[in-house]
Amino acid sequence: MEKFAYANPATEKDAFALLGTSWGDTAVLAGGTDLITSMKELVVTPKTVVNIKGIKSLGGITSGKNGMRIGATVTLDELAESPLIRKSFPSLTEAAMGVTSPQIRNVGTVGGDLLQRPRCWYYRNGFGLLATQNGKALVPDGENKYHAIINNNGPAYFVSASSLGPALIALDATIRLHSASGPRDVPAAKFFVTPLNEQSRETAIQPNEILAEILIPTASVANATYEVRQKEALDWPLVTASVALKMAGNQITSARVVLGHVAPTPFEAVAANQFLAGKTLNAQTAEEAAKQAVMSATPLSQNAYKVQLARVAVKRALLATQKQA
Amino acid sequence: MPDSVKPDYSWPAMEKRRQIGKPISRLDGHLKSSGRAKYASDFNRKDMLFAALLTSPHANARLTKIDIAEAKAVPGVVVVQIITPAGQQVQWEGTEIAVVSATTEEIARDAVRKIKVEYQVMPHLVKEDDLAKAGARAKAAGEQVTGDPDQMFKDADVVVSDGFYSIPVLTHCCLEPHGQVIEWAADQINVWPSTQNVSGYGGDLGTTVKFPADKIKVHMDNIGGGFGSKFSPDRWGAEGATLSKASGGKPVKWMLERNTELQIAGNRPSAFAKIKVAAKKDGTLVAWQSESWATGGIGGGGSPPIPYVFTEIPNKRMNHSAVATNTGGVRAWRAPNHPQASFLTCSALEDLAAKLNMDPIQFFKKNLELTARKETYLRQLDKAAELIEWKKYWKPRGQNGAGPVKEGLGIAINTWGGGGHASRCQTTINPDGTVLVETGSQDLGTGTRTIITQVAAETFGLPMSAITLRIGDNSLPPSGASGGSTTVGGVSSSTRKSTVNALAKLYEVAAPALNVQPSELEAVDGRIQVKGNTSKNLTWKAACSKLGVNKISEIGINDQRKPEGLNSSGVGGIQMAHVSVDVETGIVKMKRFVAVQDVGLVVNPKLADSQIHGAAIMGICGALFEERIMDQQTGKMLNADMEFYKLAGIGDVGEIISFLDITPENDKRGIVGLGEPCAVGVVAAIANAVANAIGVRVPSVPLTPDRVLAALNGTSNGRTA
Repeated sequence: MEKFAYANPATEKDAFALLGTSWGDTAVLAGGTDLITSMKELVVTPKTVVNIKGIKSLGGITSGKNGMRIGATVTLDELAESPLIRKSFPSLTEAAMGVTSPQIRNVGTVGGDLLQRPRCWYYRNGFGLLATQNGKALVPDGENKYHAIINNNGPAYFVSASSLGPALIALDATIRLHSASGPRDVPAAKFFVTPLNEQSRETAIQPNEILAEILIPTASVANATYEVRQKEALDWPLVTASVALKMAGNQITSARVVLGHVAPTPFEAVAANQFLAGKTLNAQTAEEAAKQAVMSATPLSQNAYKVQLARVAVKRALLATQKQA
Repeated sequence: MPDSVKPDYSWPAMEKRRQIGKPISRLDGHLKSSGRAKYASDFNRKDMLFAALLTSPHANARLTKIDIAEAKAVPGVVVVQIITPAGQQVQWEGTEIAVVSATTEEIARDAVRKIKVEYQVMPHLVKEDDLAKAGARAKAAGEQVTGDPDQMFKDADVVVSDGFYSIPVLTHCCLEPHGQVIEWAADQINVWPSTQNVSGYGGDLGTTVKFPADKIKVHMDNIGGGFGSKFSPDRWGAEGATLSKASGGKPVKWMLERNTELQIAGNRPSAFAKIKVAAKKDGTLVAWQSESWATGGIGGGGSPPIPYVFTEIPNKRMNHSAVATNTGGVRAWRAPNHPQASFLTCSALEDLAAKLNMDPIQFFKKNLELTARKETYLRQLDKAAELIEWKKYWKPRGQNGAGPVKEGLGIAINTWGGGGHASRCQTTINPDGTVLVETGSQDLGTGTRTIITQVAAETFGLPMSAITLRIGDNSLPPSGASGGSTTVGGVSSSTRKSTVNALAKLYEVAAPALNVQPSELEAVDGRIQVKGNTSKNLTWKAACSKLGVNKISEIGINDQRKPEGLNSSGVGGIQMAHVSVDVETGIVKMKRFVAVQDVGLVVNPKLADSQIHGAAIMGICGALFEERIMDQQTGKMLNADMEFYKLAGIGDVGEIISFLDITPENDKRGIVGLGEPCAVGVVAAIANAVANAIGVRVPSVPLTPDRVLAALNGTSNGRTA
């Protein structure tokens, strides 16, 4: 770990004053489960670390007439254990429970889940966000069984590591960013971006901003998350699918199907959304929607299996919404 | 010692044992569960320095220039030592290049990053899965032929199964990394290492650093896993010593980083094999042919003994190649080469049984004549079948229902030696009745402390609490390295002998007080009493008080060539697995694992059971999760961490049932080590259970979703998926 200055502001205003205008110099610390390990491995080397865990305005889960507000420093454990969340948004509860280490759930935060860096082992071994050596991309000819199967024609091949992102997109959530110039709302569906160079990031947040809260509109949607994970103990998902369905009786009026860990961002399967609209949900329509969801997959040399996993995850997530009814 | 009192060392009869054979909880359990047990890195010395290591980022390169000036100038840095000088070649990632000692760990690490190294990078090979790509790096051992395999395979009356199987390199991945605290004062080296070889460490270190072994003091209380990787002081031991010397004898703490631990501090060789095996239609095995290869690093290495256990197949042809790769070197790994051999053999045999439409248990039974211990395996197959409920759950391969979750059962076989190593033990009985037992052994977490104390308490008829034990220090009577399941036999035998010798001396002083001959006495329940007239007795304490000012101090020696019936060697075992497989996701879950293990005299069935559980969990990791992932482009191990070097958690292991084959006949063999054999067949049993569940062989382990789905989709392609 390189030396760094540590700041522990009590207010957002104090925090803003510490943030820079470019990436790299300052890092925001909440749970630290990703940031600290990245610093120890010299994957990131911030000169200043700003701890936002002490800023009270960034915490708490509240329910209002316009929907649910989840503070960015809410821990994954608080989220998973929240009866408010479980009642309306089981897909989010399931996604949080999928972070299988109690230690990480206890300290890891909602904001941290959305902002964590990719787990790509080339990135973590020092070959950069886009995993190159002497200008050549390492992933296509390398060890790519955990890499992207969709939107993977470069330069990014990693998968978004966020567990909550797919569910939040499906639920039409808004990510609210705060900075000295005030709040800025970004729809969850637009929050994740594919970086085109080493200097850019995987999300829409700017260096002078803090991810402050997440707003989920109140709407009666059947929703579920299905995660394909090999181990019961601490392990990353191979694929996740989060779905949210607006229903009129047995009929789906509109659907959002979002896959996680398949692309550099959570991937909204628009073809599946369109297919499901107007259909009755059953094993056949779930199966067909699942096929539609992975139509655009272009697997790499070692990850064709993930296409099948994505299909299974979509099918099982869709069918899981029926079990809640 | 006069002939008249030549002691009888033999183990007490089963029915008379009060400590031996009892399921006593480990004595140091509370220390470990409460965090009070001290490990190497817990030793802190005055003015201690911290070492940090620079390693090679390249898998094959010549070091052309190394500049340590800037590192040396960092305030707080004490010594910068070059390990690989300019001009030398490094042949694997992680090779030790230079080491820094500094007043804090942080300074040492900062300084390491100031060392400037230039390399001339050369081509590397880090993957061995494709033998054709190995070229000259593959060295063939001579072909071994028995009988006439070619003729046999042509025989119209035989059924032939032809398959490809592979098991990857695993790293030892010790929870406690390698390392030590070491101080080289003027005329003595003190070292607190993490080692499997307390008594031998000093000699090995002394040879390397040219210092008299008898002036090297080694002390270790606990070790956080070794599994065969912690016998030698290693470069970090020797370089640590010279770092200390160069700083005027200041102590230096040096533990490996996690990535270095996985890269260079031990791995077990891979094994790949194309195997053809033939049996008559009644299941009688007649021919075996294998073309196998493996890597164990730049030295090649790794030759699994196949066909395993069924060694007497009459017609055989075996070819094996060792592939030199630019990867860290192999070390002994819990039952060296046996898990690989068991996996290759049992997979090929189960595939043949499936082709013959035979229940694999019947198939194994049919061929036990080809093994060295038919009766043992026969009994064990029945017992294991009962415990896993084979009759209830087993169905022929691929006939496991219509739903997405299929269940299956599989079997595997093991064998091992396990005779006691050379060991000396000294027992002291003091006039106040206290007892001190001392031996330079080590407790690898297996329960060695508990075992020695049980044996001593048994001999003296005393409670365990009456015995003070000292181990883990090379000033004590030397005892062998803990490897090959040799410790329990070695230390139990030397302890038995030294305690029996000491007791004989106590009888000599107690006998006159009771007006009997020493040979008429026995030690039972805290008393020295006359055999057949137990009312004539002295309390232990009263007997010891007869020593006056003298104490008794007696040595006992286990000679590995002359175990005198106290320990012996050679066991077999059967392991079975019950799994479920989601054929839509390829995810395998453990339902039940059964190990029926041949044993000799079991000193402590609870600790023996614990060994089997540990071995099962280790094997489950290897079957489902663990693999070293090398990248041919960069020469790097991509998962030198505990994130993608996956290990099971408690929720992943299912139910584990162990059955120790404790019988009067087995007991007569004396003690046989247990650590290795129960680690052998786990991967094989699970791989066979998965094949049984899903109807096709997954050729390569670990049985990850990509491999399972590829096998189901027919795209395994005879290669690792």
